[in-house]
Amino acid sequence: MGDALKDKIREYVTNEYVEEGSGVEIGDETPLISGGIVDSFSMVSLKLFLENQYKIKIPDADASAEAFDSVNRIALVVRKFAPKV
Amino acid sequence: MSNIGSYDERLKNFDWSIARRELGYDQAPTKNIAYFLADRNCEQGRGAKVAMIWENAEGDVARRLTFDDLRRYSNAYARLLEDLGVGPGERVCIFMDKIPDLYLSFIGALKRGAVAQPLFSAFREDSLLVRLMNAETTAVFTQKKFVQRFRHLRAKLPHLKHVVVVDGDASGLQAGEHAFDVVKAPPVEKYDIYPVDEETPSVLHYTSGTTGAPKGAQHVHGSLVSQYLTTKWVLDVTDKDVYWCTADPGWVTGTSYGIIGPWALGITQLVLEVGFIPERWYKAIENYKVTVWYSAPTAIRLLMKEGDAIVKRHDTSSLRHLASVGEPLNPEAVIWSEKVYGLPFNDNFWQTETGCIVISNYPGMPIKPGSMGKPFPGITATVVDAKNYEPVRTGTVGLIALRPGWPSMFRQYWRNEAVYKGKFHNGWYICGDRASIDEDGYFWFVGRDDDVINTGGHLVGPFEIESALLEHPAVAESAAVGKPDPVNMEVVKAFIALKPGYEASDGLKLDIINFVRKKLSPLAMPQDIEFMDGLPKTRSGKIMRRLLKARETGEDIGDVSTLEND
Repeated sequence: MGDALKDKIREYVTNEYVEEGSGVEIGDETPLISGGIVDSFSMVSLKLFLENQYKIKIPDADASAEAFDSVNRIALVVRKFAPKV
Repeated sequence: MSNIGSYDERLKNFDWSIARRELGYDQAPTKNIAYFLADRNCEQGRGAKVAMIWENAEGDVARRLTFDDLRRYSNAYARLLEDLGVGPGERVCIFMDKIPDLYLSFIGALKRGAVAQPLFSAFREDSLLVRLMNAETTAVFTQKKFVQRFRHLRAKLPHLKHVVVVDGDASGLQAGEHAFDVVKAPPVEKYDIYPVDEETPSVLHYTSGTTGAPKGAQHVHGSLVSQYLTTKWVLDVTDKDVYWCTADPGWVTGTSYGIIGPWALGITQLVLEVGFIPERWYKAIENYKVTVWYSAPTAIRLLMKEGDAIVKRHDTSSLRHLASVGEPLNPEAVIWSEKVYGLPFNDNFWQTETGCIVISNYPGMPIKPGSMGKPFPGITATVVDAKNYEPVRTGTVGLIALRPGWPSMFRQYWRNEAVYKGKFHNGWYICGDRASIDEDGYFWFVGRDDDVINTGGHLVGPFEIESALLEHPAVAESAAVGKPDPVNMEVVKAFIALKPGYEASDGLKLDIINFVRKKLSPLAMPQDIEFMDGLPKTRSGKIMRRLLKARETGEDIGDVSTLEND
């Protein structure tokens, strides 16, 4: 059974940050920040999306480049503040 | 003993001929910068010396390129341009992540006599369009993943003839697109470097101003003279160093001090493809034994945020000299770096337009944390009154001004003479930054004199952002200002009045933020949006950015009615 949270994150990242026609596929462990798919400035928009989508507030300390570097890691951050998702 | 020795001694009888002699400049077969970066190093016996240590984004591949590799591969790029019919003087854009081909094609473009136009790979289509259109760029070197951006723009760029993909095969490429693998291409052992003189255009860097579109600051081959000497005296690099400049060559720091200066000195330098990841940065310093590190306040503040424990987990003992540029380095960062690395970051100041460091701290000179230092020998710098452009008294805030004529001073804003001339007053080049000079001659930054936003060390113009915002269907009016940020110094904040039928919401905010990011770049993307019923305006209808900015900074701007008459 799929993980709806991870699927949502993956869908958002693909639609917003993956270059059209680049053939890049976002796996659960695809390095997003260290792999250059999402840069540090764009992280702000990703954080805002997660906060809006899941009605949470992510403190800056939890929104580091390492914490946002993969779908799996982002899901961990979201579940820390929205355990029922 | 540092390269500069005594700063005060160097000030006496300084002449740029010091650099010309060390470069063998006047006897060299050509003034083309490319010769000094690759071929001259080979002639002087450094052909087998490592010029670039490159590590890929994932951190599992490291390549070492020698100066002979630089020579041969840049020859191949130059030959490619020639075969494509790209002639001297034409603008060649380089649009890539920090991969070896970025550096090789840059040097190759110079060898062909073309004007190299490196652009930051995060730029999206609107940002690319304005810069390529203005420069009438005829060729682009890029990566396969970026090809779509240029395809979408081609119809609006009649001068653009060739898009060359350097990292993939030809499958899927269309007319006017070519694949080129410099390693597999036929080797070019000998290439006749295009002859230039010191005033021949070399590099075009786009920079943002308060009004209008970004402007191309054009440099010349003679800029090498001051880029060479400032690298040697400010960054203090020697033959035995491993030097790391973290800047992307899409910005002037990444070309002046990430390509030209260090390789003219025959220095080994590190290039990391990965962006800012503290663990990877410290690992690289440890693995490659970086000795001289040139970075930016935003990165340094992020490293501070990361804490001291991560530093202790790595061996940074190889470091011997640190420097910083892009925005003023706060005193806390200078003190912190001395604590954790055993060395202070030496702040320095310069701009796209200056082409080289103009005010700096130097090895051996006491640092005053928070100060950008003193003028480089050969640079006459002062602070002038904003109205009459006369030097002000010690301690008084005014505009940083430089006496024109140093080798790397920009020669024009690309085909925009009026704006270029507007930067010079009373015999001074006016930088656009406000500062004061203390009784010891140290310069202290106060702020920008205009509405340009400095975010993460990059200048972004409000006009570009506001224009993009106005293209969003919900936006009726917009203003973009810099909002103070503890890490980036400023981030873009947008004030927006919505069209009838649209309601302010977090969802709309996100939509507008992503809209601008995809049109321009992540740098230009507002990180904060405030919706207003209407934006404050002057009597003539101009939006009062100064007022909005003052609200963000808490500055008291006094009688607003005077602004209303502006």
